[in-house]
Amino acid sequence: MAINWFKYSAPSTFYGLAGKLIPWFALPAAVLFVIGLYIGFFVAPTDAVQGEAYRIIFIHVPASILSMFLYLIMAGYAALGLIFNTRLSSMMATAIAPTGALFAFISLWTGALWGKPMWGAWWVWDARLTSELILLFLYFGFISLHASIDDPRRADRAAALLAVVGSVNVPIIYFSVKWWNTLHQGSTIKFTGTSMHVAMQQAMFITLVACWLYAIAVALTRVRSIILERERHTKWVADLAEVKA
Amino acid sequence: MNTLSVWQLLVLVVRRDLLLAMRRRADVFTTLIFFVMVVSLFPLGVGSEMELLRKMAPGVLWVAALLASMLSLGRLFSADYVDGTLEQMMLAPQSLSILVLGKMIAHWMVSGLPLVLIAPVLGIQFDLSAPAQGVLVLGLLLGTPVLSMIGGIGAALTLGLRGGGVLLSLLVLPLCIPVLIFGTGAVYAISAGLNGAMVSNLALLAAMLMFSLVLTPWVSAQALRISME
Amino acid sequence: MLEVSHLACSRGDHRLFSDLSFVLESGQIMQVQGENGSGKTSLLRTLCGFLSPESGKILWDGTDMRELAEDYFANLLYLGHHNAIKDELSGVENLRISAGLAGIALDDKQAIAALRRMGLKGRERLPTKVLSQGQRRRVALARLLLGEAKLWVLDEPLAALDVGAVELVQTLIAEHLARQGMVIFTTHQPLEIAGMEMRRLSLS
Repeated sequence: MAINWFKYSAPSTFYGLAGKLIPWFALPAAVLFVIGLYIGFFVAPTDAVQGEAYRIIFIHVPASILSMFLYLIMAGYAALGLIFNTRLSSMMATAIAPTGALFAFISLWTGALWGKPMWGAWWVWDARLTSELILLFLYFGFISLHASIDDPRRADRAAALLAVVGSVNVPIIYFSVKWWNTLHQGSTIKFTGTSMHVAMQQAMFITLVACWLYAIAVALTRVRSIILERERHTKWVADLAEVKA
Repeated sequence: MNTLSVWQLLVLVVRRDLLLAMRRRADVFTTLIFFVMVVSLFPLGVGSEMELLRKMAPGVLWVAALLASMLSLGRLFSADYVDGTLEQMMLAPQSLSILVLGKMIAHWMVSGLPLVLIAPVLGIQFDLSAPAQGVLVLGLLLGTPVLSMIGGIGAALTLGLRGGGVLLSLLVLPLCIPVLIFGTGAVYAISAGLNGAMVSNLALLAAMLMFSLVLTPWVSAQALRISME
Repeated sequence: MLEVSHLACSRGDHRLFSDLSFVLESGQIMQVQGENGSGKTSLLRTLCGFLSPESGKILWDGTDMRELAEDYFANLLYLGHHNAIKDELSGVENLRISAGLAGIALDDKQAIAALRRMGLKGRERLPTKVLSQGQRRRVALARLLLGEAKLWVLDEPLAALDVGAVELVQTLIAEHLARQGMVIFTTHQPLEIAGMEMRRLSLS
């Protein structure tokens, strides 16, 4: 089936399309979460070394992966918006940012919860946790910059440039934090390493897919409200059934 | 009439900003005093145990330098923005990146270089050994220009915004973390007798300096164009 | 030749003007008219490339100004609401720097001559913060005496000027037009150039 992508790059048409797509992502996300967590908590065996506490990885690992990928995707949309001046891409970047920040936060939170029984401390200055913290700062920077500029066009473009600069910097930051960690011989948390049970892998994979679907559904919902807000003076918004009601 | 080459224009901008800084000397000194003060607060906060202070010194000095340079970054473009000079700069018949680079260099000479020069004095307060002092100063010499340049992007993005100063720090500090790590890492390495690690830390700082020299003026110029709309 | 075609510009949600087209030839002068907030300043700032138009094109001698970029700026002299002068610096220093930014090397003698022509004799070396509002504007206007920019974009050039200075600006503009220059400007005060047809562009 040939889809005319340009048609859907207009906010007015995308608004309707996103509305139709959301349930197709939201429902499977909910179902997969339940399945994944069920397998993770009840089917997967207890870990020989870490006991029951390891089960937090079924949330922690997907959240970490998502937080990193979402930053790159956000920066990608931002760059598209900057280069081709497409409003929808900038809106998508703005819509993704809070979800990315949320996943970064969940990743830190669950990391801390895991650290307490494993290391006896809520926070360990481990390379991955530290990088995750910096990533959260980068999200905060993007969101605050966007929020403090009143003119939406300038906000989009300025935040986009920041996201692009950030994504160039991310590898350098990761490398430097790893470097710092080895130099100071800090502790390193290792979630994997021992061979994983098949059920563990399944649970992790299913929750990862669920997180992806959730992120897409939420981003689409958010982009719909952003479209409405930005286009509130246009005729097509005034003609919408939900606006009239 | 004669026209100016790129280099003459660069020199002109640097000289102009230095001249302005000389006429407003107070601004330069506040940054320096802030740096000295923050560094001096640490022993008061953590106690006067020499072993601990010696270990903390590079981190303290670098974090203080980072904060001090954030403090002065707000002024990098804002004065020129308010009085309309920035508009004239954007209309210069040379690339805006060159002018931005000139402003960054001047900013470093005014707010970064004094910190580098005073760092050994503060290092003595923390009982740093002579080789460690040398590496610290060398690291600051390589790293503080990077802070000015990365900070320039933030300053350009937050131009004319309310609460710009705090926002600027929020945007720029995470991006400056690698500089902090390599700068302090070099001093730790020499203190631990790891000469190889010291050299590679400094080499990484130098690489970041080169990278920033090439990219940040252009990015800041783009940011300025966005902010001027 | 400056050619503007189908230009549209908005600020925020507000549409300032759309489908604006005009051509400005060598030796012509045009006044942009309109009420406060009608987009006069925005139009001039768009011509300088500070604002990107929502749609439409600005051509300089047939080439898009975005493509020309620096080559276009070399032909442009912009005088905005702000004087772009530093309070801490003297008139001479200010003028030399603004000339430098425009790519022109200027020595002290030339700068002093320009300032004297603007009626600032004896004040060339004073920091501009001790000058009056009108005198500072004169320092800014001294840029009109330098360089060979073909297109002058002047936003309220007469603001804060006394009668003598207004006459001087009119003379300068007349000389510029006689050199086949172009001027596009806004003003709330009457500005007449003897013997020149004044074109008017109304924004509403």
